[in-house]
Amino acid sequence: MTEPRKIRLATVSLAGCFGCHMSLLDIDDHLFELAGKVAFDRSPLTDIKRCGPCDIGLIEGGVCNAENVHVLRAFRANCHTLVALGACAVNGGLPAQRNHLDLGRCLTAVFQSRPGMDTGAVPDDPELPLPLDQVHPIHEVVHVDYFLPGCPPSGEAIWAFVSDLLAGRTPRVAHPLLHFD
Amino acid sequence: MTTTDEHVEAALQRYGHRADVLLQILVELQARVGWLPSALITRVAHALGLPRARVEGVAGFYSFLHLAPVGRYRVLFSDNIVDQMLGSRALMAQLCDTLWLSPGRVSEDGLVSVDTTSCTGMGDQGPAMLVNGQAIARLDPARVNEICELIRAQRPLDAWPAHYFAIDDNIRRRDALLGSAFVPGDALRAAIALGREGWLAQMQASNLRGRGGAGFTTAVKWQACRDAPGAQKVVVCNADEGEPGTFKDRVLLTRCAHQVIEGMTLAAWAVGAQQGLIYLRGEYCYLRASLEAVLAQRRRAGWLGAGIGGVAGFDFDVEIHLGAGAYVCGEESALLESLEGKRGTPRIRPPFPVTHGYLGRPTVVNNVETLAKCCLIAQHGGPAFAATGTAQSAGTKLLSISGDCARPGVYEYPFGVSIRQVLDDCGAREVQAVQVGGASGVTVAPYEFGRKIAFEDVPTAGAFMVFDATRDIFEVARNFVHFFAHESCGFCTPCRVGTALLRNTLDKLAKGNGSAADLTEIEDLDRLLKQTSHCGLGSSAPNPVIDGLQKFRPAYERHLRNRDFVPAFDLDGALARARQMTGRDDPGAHLDNATEAER
Repeated sequence: MTEPRKIRLATVSLAGCFGCHMSLLDIDDHLFELAGKVAFDRSPLTDIKRCGPCDIGLIEGGVCNAENVHVLRAFRANCHTLVALGACAVNGGLPAQRNHLDLGRCLTAVFQSRPGMDTGAVPDDPELPLPLDQVHPIHEVVHVDYFLPGCPPSGEAIWAFVSDLLAGRTPRVAHPLLHFD
Repeated sequence: MTTTDEHVEAALQRYGHRADVLLQILVELQARVGWLPSALITRVAHALGLPRARVEGVAGFYSFLHLAPVGRYRVLFSDNIVDQMLGSRALMAQLCDTLWLSPGRVSEDGLVSVDTTSCTGMGDQGPAMLVNGQAIARLDPARVNEICELIRAQRPLDAWPAHYFAIDDNIRRRDALLGSAFVPGDALRAAIALGREGWLAQMQASNLRGRGGAGFTTAVKWQACRDAPGAQKVVVCNADEGEPGTFKDRVLLTRCAHQVIEGMTLAAWAVGAQQGLIYLRGEYCYLRASLEAVLAQRRRAGWLGAGIGGVAGFDFDVEIHLGAGAYVCGEESALLESLEGKRGTPRIRPPFPVTHGYLGRPTVVNNVETLAKCCLIAQHGGPAFAATGTAQSAGTKLLSISGDCARPGVYEYPFGVSIRQVLDDCGAREVQAVQVGGASGVTVAPYEFGRKIAFEDVPTAGAFMVFDATRDIFEVARNFVHFFAHESCGFCTPCRVGTALLRNTLDKLAKGNGSAADLTEIEDLDRLLKQTSHCGLGSSAPNPVIDGLQKFRPAYERHLRNRDFVPAFDLDGALARARQMTGRDDPGAHLDNATEAER
């Protein structure tokens, strides 16, 4: 008897704090069950650098720079199901608090006006991704299949959500697991 | 005492320092002062013993009340799709260019501001505008130039040529109501002779249903109000005709004001009401003087006041309240809130207005046309009325016809007339679609032109907008969705956010950034609005889009780019500021706006 094919899962944090990834680790004992059912593709857990063909992609964080756009598009191109995981991916979250400020003034404030930075300049190394003028939730850049809000969503909520996906059920995270803070 | 204080004192005096007429006080102050400065709000709140936030909340709710200075000449172009089809946008651009203005901004000298407003009810004689609240119709480039000159010369509005303000009735087809001569008092005399019970029995026999759109049986409403506990009862005439494309109530209030007010008195006779209120939409404020004159005439004739028709205890009088630019106030419970001087937020029902209405009193709210029809029933009897029209829709219906047709105007038909017949009569050719019932109504495609105007087939409050083959039905729906997003009262999240999201998604399609995923998004939003909104505004907001996607889907698909998903914003443009700050222009400093197949 052949073993059922393992589901391929990729995860990434864009403009996020890795809090949602920490919450993923909070599923505790279920990690063993998860490891039995999925093979991890690109993820902080594997250190694979580029996303390959996958069943599920979990995206933490919003889109704040050009690199985020490339990574997000690669996930979209490779993942059958793309999930916005947590407040920043769903709504832009904390990083989006800069959206009402002019980007130029932000850069000046950070790289030139701070004490001790008076001779500094805004970094222009082509290695560095350029920031977008505003931080966007991921669904404004690519099509997103599912949204799991929360800052972060609890381990329990993530497990309920991922279990549904793995079992082929439409994810349904209801009160009290569903919350936006 | 400053002038502002004098204005406030005068307005408060006129309305007897009553907090429940706060909206009327603010409307008057807006007219006197031109806008509502912060200090004025504070003074009104103090004088009425209301929290300041409550007064500012009311002032902030209504489009025609302004918490920031507006031009001394405030020009508002009616922005309904029918006005746009007649060239309103180009005329607005012409006015703005000539006056060196941009829409929505006040000129530097504070002289003039130009903006758009929701349908002003002049669809048969557009493009139309409001100047300081006064309606001007039949605009064309020459008239717009003249208006520029009058504004520049700072000519007071009452010195402008009188023919600017002439509004036509454009009655094109007459039937039972518009075709009969009416002697004021006739209907009332007949109803009084029948006695209160006998009169209500005639109403029951007539099967008259509300002409405001919902079609509730009028006699049932009256009976419920009559039987509700409470000695003080109220009859309200809903003259807040805000549905885009509707203007038949304007014509009734102009031509048949006696019938409308007599209808209110007939309702008062049946339910035992003492107080009558006409809620007149702000756009029709020019009708106030003539309506007041009719009221005065009727008081002199003994048809209003104490002991009407010589019946001891039949005391009833009517006063007029002005709206201030809020479509949602056409919903009866929002209208009652507005009459009580509050924000026009629809109430949770039950309790219904017939038991808990104006100031908690049992209240009948009827549409202008419904009330006018009551006179016919009193004059000719309920069974005669019930014998006309169709089985479930007795009597006639006034249609407001506008758009692509040779003879726009008001048409009175017996219920049951086919849409094709109406189109033939108004001289419409190569018709692509008809929007029946206004923005919240039904988009009717040619294969349905055999359908009938009636509650059991195509119900309508009266709007009938015709679109010929040259029009883009997607743009028609987009105009309506913008209207709903603007008019959402903001009380419930599904409507406040849902209408804005729907508007943004349609705008995305209009800009050429649409994709198949967006159509799915639109359908999800339609469902959300329909199922979860607090009132009819939210639940009918997606109607034009639902009908459009079903009957005119290619008009939507034409706007799609052949991709899975396209962002609504310019990704590469979003890096421009960072490029400027870093001086970079290397390939990594750019983003392809198209999707990359990055593998």
